[in-house]
Amino acid sequence: MKDLNVLLAGFGGQGVLFTGKVMAYAGLMEGKEISWLPSYGPEMRGGTANCSVCISDRPIGSPLVVTPDVLIAMNLPSLEKFEDSVVPGGLIIVDSSLIDKKVERADVRTVYISASELADKNDLKGSANMIILGKMFRETGFCSEENLLKGIKKSVPARKAELYDTNVRAVRIGMSN
Amino acid sequence: MAKITSKPHALTDKPFHYCPGCTHGIAHRLVAEVIDELGMEDRAVGIASVGCSVFTYEYFSCDMVQAPHGRAPAVGTGVKRARPDSIVFTYQGDGDLAAIGTAETVHAAARGENITSIFINNTIYGMTGGQMAPTTLPGQITQTTPYGRDVGEAGHPLRVCEMLATLDGVALAQRAALNSVKHVNEAKKAIRKAFEYQDEKLGYTIVELLSTCPTNWGLSTEDSLQWLRDKMIPYYPLGVYKDIKEVRK
Amino acid sequence: MSERVLMKGNEALAEAAIAAGCRHFFGYPITPQTEVAAYMAKRMPKVNGVYLQAESEVASINMVLGAAAAGVRVMTSTSSPGVSLMAEGISYIAGSDLPMLIVNVQRGGPGLGGIQPSQADYFQATKSTGHGDFHMIVLAPSTVQEMVDLVAGAFELGDRYRMPTMVLSDGMLGQMMEPVVLPEPIGDELPEKPWAACGHGGNREHNVVNSLYIQPHDLEDLVVERYKRYDEIKKKEQRAEEYLTEDAEIIVVAYGASSRVSRSAVNKAREEGIKAGLIRPITLWPFPENAIGKAADSEKTKKFLTVEMSMGQMVEDVRLAVNGRKPVGFYGRTGGVIPTPGEVYDQIVRLSGGA
Repeated sequence: MKDLNVLLAGFGGQGVLFTGKVMAYAGLMEGKEISWLPSYGPEMRGGTANCSVCISDRPIGSPLVVTPDVLIAMNLPSLEKFEDSVVPGGLIIVDSSLIDKKVERADVRTVYISASELADKNDLKGSANMIILGKMFRETGFCSEENLLKGIKKSVPARKAELYDTNVRAVRIGMSN
Repeated sequence: MAKITSKPHALTDKPFHYCPGCTHGIAHRLVAEVIDELGMEDRAVGIASVGCSVFTYEYFSCDMVQAPHGRAPAVGTGVKRARPDSIVFTYQGDGDLAAIGTAETVHAAARGENITSIFINNTIYGMTGGQMAPTTLPGQITQTTPYGRDVGEAGHPLRVCEMLATLDGVALAQRAALNSVKHVNEAKKAIRKAFEYQDEKLGYTIVELLSTCPTNWGLSTEDSLQWLRDKMIPYYPLGVYKDIKEVRK
Repeated sequence: MSERVLMKGNEALAEAAIAAGCRHFFGYPITPQTEVAAYMAKRMPKVNGVYLQAESEVASINMVLGAAAAGVRVMTSTSSPGVSLMAEGISYIAGSDLPMLIVNVQRGGPGLGGIQPSQADYFQATKSTGHGDFHMIVLAPSTVQEMVDLVAGAFELGDRYRMPTMVLSDGMLGQMMEPVVLPEPIGDELPEKPWAACGHGGNREHNVVNSLYIQPHDLEDLVVERYKRYDEIKKKEQRAEEYLTEDAEIIVVAYGASSRVSRSAVNKAREEGIKAGLIRPITLWPFPENAIGKAADSEKTKKFLTVEMSMGQMVEDVRLAVNGRKPVGFYGRTGGVIPTPGEVYDQIVRLSGGA
């Protein structure tokens, strides 16, 4: 696999950083070199949050993803801000239940998934991020399914072990939609 | 000939450098006598500050650390947290403790840090040659208040014991004076109590000692003692401002 | 513990310090290093250690001074404006020959500046941390693993040479997660500190930890002695990583976060047939002038390019080490902006006389 540079962006509180962490852990389980770099700042909730994840066979150089192979956009400002930065031939995944706008570029592949709606419908409120992760996994195959599940296990804190099942259910919905 | 008195063991043989009539020497001796009487020299660590008492580390026989200006309570905190069984005292003047080091003093007190501050209040910066201190009295002439301290311009003096007595972390806040035998005896009792309270881990202890600075006050030794009695004590009344054992009773 | 776990640089560093026997941490919150303090607050009580949040950086560095004087392994961490506040204490610590570790997770400056990653504190770390003639040993990690690996060494160097050491990190390294293998905790075998002020126990003369020497000749003698130690450190402790330098015509010099960007740029240049290499200083003081001097002597080397997240600070040391033998160019971004591999690559191309 060639290097995979992912940029995840959305509102704070949507689980952007957690999704990136699962992705990074899955990559680690896969035996890859990985890095995870969050945006950080004064806004704790409701502001914009994004996170760079690099997965590679080689040591990671710059962990800051400026030209992503995959952009995951979980709100409109993120799509507008980062659409142009995606590499030609790259992939954009859009939560279409939160973003009405269509991707304008023709030289990238775009996948729309109404993740937030699917989450609500399946009694998985707040798990749109993991539904999108499932979708991204299906589209890129960046790791094996086994390692994806391991990634979730590693990322869920021990004292909240019950969240593992919830997250796995959400990821599976993303895989099949 | 019978030897009737000697230097306390907790003082070294190094002669003091203090000016004639300065009461630092008395304060040093009282602290050393208390350390001797309580058998604490082996585990005592003194924190020297900046000002006239900067060379304190040469005068006490216990281990000593020299701290940056005002930071003695923070340095003392570090020593105490590293060596909880040690007995830590800071020896600070008014500029050190109540101006540049106010934050360190207040927060060490608020934390109830088990250290003792010996606070020398002589209303003036001695080592730098007699400038206004945070405790300089209203109207008092110093090098930097040549027309007398104008409280409208230079602000009001700080009453440290009164201020610290409001903090829950303080076990003892007491003001004494070094101008008479009676007061010196009271001062020693206060210092002893402070060290005892520290050893019982009751919290922060401070003993403020009203002291003289004949050189920078421009007064004779005798007149200095008079001035302390007539001018300082009325503004800085002596007494116990907080005693945690009295509060508990 | 050989498992690779994902950890933030700040947290991995804190855990490594505990593994290295550090049981005393004094600090004050500031972005982007606060995770170090938060991690210590959680962990220290579980290892019978001390975590204390001070009222300011001024107080925390002086608490560090006190604990170091009392002979324990102690550290603090902060970010750029906090180091400015600690400058006084660091000078006293150096003047009192005390070992301690300070971590600077750099952010943009001057003033309140910003909170994004920066390398604009190079001068402060290596040349003018505080008043007076002194140095700290300054170590610059470039990965989370290296944050961990350098910490134990930092404590050891500090103890060996009786001086403060700094790990100069930045917001990127502090905030990012990478796989890391944590070290095994050391036992109780910390070095003896017979000079410590911790109570003489009636067994020795009193120890005095002090930086005041009122007689000029006494102070001069002491500082000259200390500089002999510094010379020894310069001889023995220079460290740098060399990457593809063997046949390189363009040598990029970069440390920490910007060295990662530069490594990507060097890889790209190699793919395009440009002979680029990277020298990555790991010790910033002592500066690895031997490695750079050697590269400057090489007939293959044509030019140097220093890359920093600052307006150009380390480049002065690179120029001193190169000493006019080859041209030294500079590329920097500042204010918290991280250069991209593409930008650095363009500079390499420009220097190599290409497009």
